[in-house]
Amino acid sequence: MLTIVQVYPELLGTYGDGGNGLVLAERARRRGIAVRLIHAGMDDQLASADLYLLGGGEDGPQRLAVELLANAGFGQQVSNGAMVFAVCAGLQMLGTSFSVHGDDEYRGLGLVPAVTTRATTRAVGDLVTEVNGTLMVGFENHGGATSFGSGVDPLGTVVRGRGNDGQTDGCRMGRIWATYAHGPVLALNPWLADAVLAEAIGRDQLEPLDSVADRLYESRCRALMNLGVD
Amino acid sequence: MRRTLRLQIAVLVVRAVNWASPRLGRGSGTVAGGSVGLGIAPRLLESLADRRTVILVSGTNGKTTTTALIAAGWGEDPATNDTGANMPAGQVAALVRSSSRRAVLESDEGWLGASVEATQPAVIVALNLSRDQLDRASEVRQLAERWRTVFVSDRAKHSVIVANALDPLVVFAADGAPNVRWCAPPTSWTADSQSCPRCTNPLRRSAERWWCECGLAQPASTSYFDGDDAVIGDVRIPLELALPGSFNRGNALVALTALGEVGVDVTAASKRLATVRAVAGRYDVRCVDGQPVRLLLAKNPAGFSALLESIGSDHDIWIAINARVADGHDPSWLYDVPFEILRGRRVRCLGDRRFDLATRLWYAGVDVDVGESLVPQTDRVIDVLANYTAFSDLLAESQPC
Ligand SMILES: [Zn+2]
Repeated sequence: MLTIVQVYPELLGTYGDGGNGLVLAERARRRGIAVRLIHAGMDDQLASADLYLLGGGEDGPQRLAVELLANAGFGQQVSNGAMVFAVCAGLQMLGTSFSVHGDDEYRGLGLVPAVTTRATTRAVGDLVTEVNGTLMVGFENHGGATSFGSGVDPLGTVVRGRGNDGQTDGCRMGRIWATYAHGPVLALNPWLADAVLAEAIGRDQLEPLDSVADRLYESRCRALMNLGVD
Repeated sequence: MRRTLRLQIAVLVVRAVNWASPRLGRGSGTVAGGSVGLGIAPRLLESLADRRTVILVSGTNGKTTTTALIAAGWGEDPATNDTGANMPAGQVAALVRSSSRRAVLESDEGWLGASVEATQPAVIVALNLSRDQLDRASEVRQLAERWRTVFVSDRAKHSVIVANALDPLVVFAADGAPNVRWCAPPTSWTADSQSCPRCTNPLRRSAERWWCECGLAQPASTSYFDGDDAVIGDVRIPLELALPGSFNRGNALVALTALGEVGVDVTAASKRLATVRAVAGRYDVRCVDGQPVRLLLAKNPAGFSALLESIGSDHDIWIAINARVADGHDPSWLYDVPFEILRGRRVRCLGDRRFDLATRLWYAGVDVDVGESLVPQTDRVIDVLANYTAFSDLLAESQPC
């Protein structure tokens, strides 16, 4: 049984981020993989899981979520081998420190050597990243600039938008994956959803699953790479 | 305030531009003139609102409908920006068009402070705050903070605030203002206020009320529903509306409460607003290529949630989604809409972002049909839910049946 936990949706769900849990669970289910999707509220005890999903949040809720996760033994779950897929503020929270408002600096979860500072401008718009030769399309809306320490690979190279710093987007460190593309990025990129799913259950690949999501991915790639909207 | 020559000229220019712009094929003639007028005389709105009794209406959802209900309930044709042009230029245009001593003006949430300052409203209606177009608007909590600054300031000290007691963000904003009338319009949307706007701790809810351990809590309402009756202070009104949906009953409750505060007999007003059938094309049945459709506008998760609940299970549904400037470029919010209630039904997906919609619905277990164009299907009226520009497109393409 694959257990997926969507972490604190009431704090980390600004941009429909709950969509990622739905997409993963549904893609597993339709292939006959037994799956349980838990929405872990901030009042609940944090369930142990194979895969944790961190969404984006507004400033106050982001800080509270870090505090709650630190106290809930999240770091222990990750060092025991749980996988993490984080978007937007979720990426910032995984690092050692982040600044959200003004110059105040807050301590992150420290699971990834990453420091987020406030960028001079907010990045709002389409984000396209090349991940090992495949395009990842999404949308970003954040004010951070993130730099990573050694031993951390970026998730991919920015083709359009800003991501971490205008050059790279997100990170991949062991079973911790993150991107600045917020909200339901896995809905827009079915191939990435399947890559996350395959990693979570320890398979090399999954059998194909045809759906309208493939047409969405194709239409967004065409639109964003200016190949003309269909 | 004495009108200076500059102000008089500004008014004349607003009239001239608004007369000319629809004829020149530019816009509907509600904003262009106002902008030019404000450029000539920045205090134009203040001057135009002077000596009028003003009701301002703001909030994420229901502004245009509530404004229309107040205008109808007030009677005698008050000045109003009833097409939804809700920034200062649209408000100026509305006041230039009408010499009525009464004005009901819709205000964009982000412009509320400026609107209050300029119009010195007798009543400010605070409907609700929820996520809408986050790629260009500020975060919803920051908006609540800004409202709070307005409501407790000297600018609003002579205004009565008619506020939604069920919305924690609105209560956070209005709590502490000197004159508040709390209303309880029916709502099922709580996703934008699960953590306390004051302290971010989790909000607690029971069937009757919400509260937080920090002390922020649902105030007692003096306007509410008791069965089908609206109760406003000590007046009880059996309310039957031409507009559908429980959310419109809530809008009517708030509208009547606002009217009571400017001395209108709310029972008489309720009969007038009950006859409103359509608001700026919304709820109207029109024909698109021979197909009768009922056009419904929903722009964000809270709005969609309210509309989806009001659609009969035997109705055919089309949904049209765009993500142009006026809609916000990011349709991620589709995943915050509880489309799961359509599971087992078939929905035709339209608009620029029909694949985003179809994918969302597919994951919700809803049957989808990704329509390339509108083709008449049936004699029955189809409910069409559309977001902002998709709605405008449909309205423009449609004719009276
Ligand atoms: Zn609180």
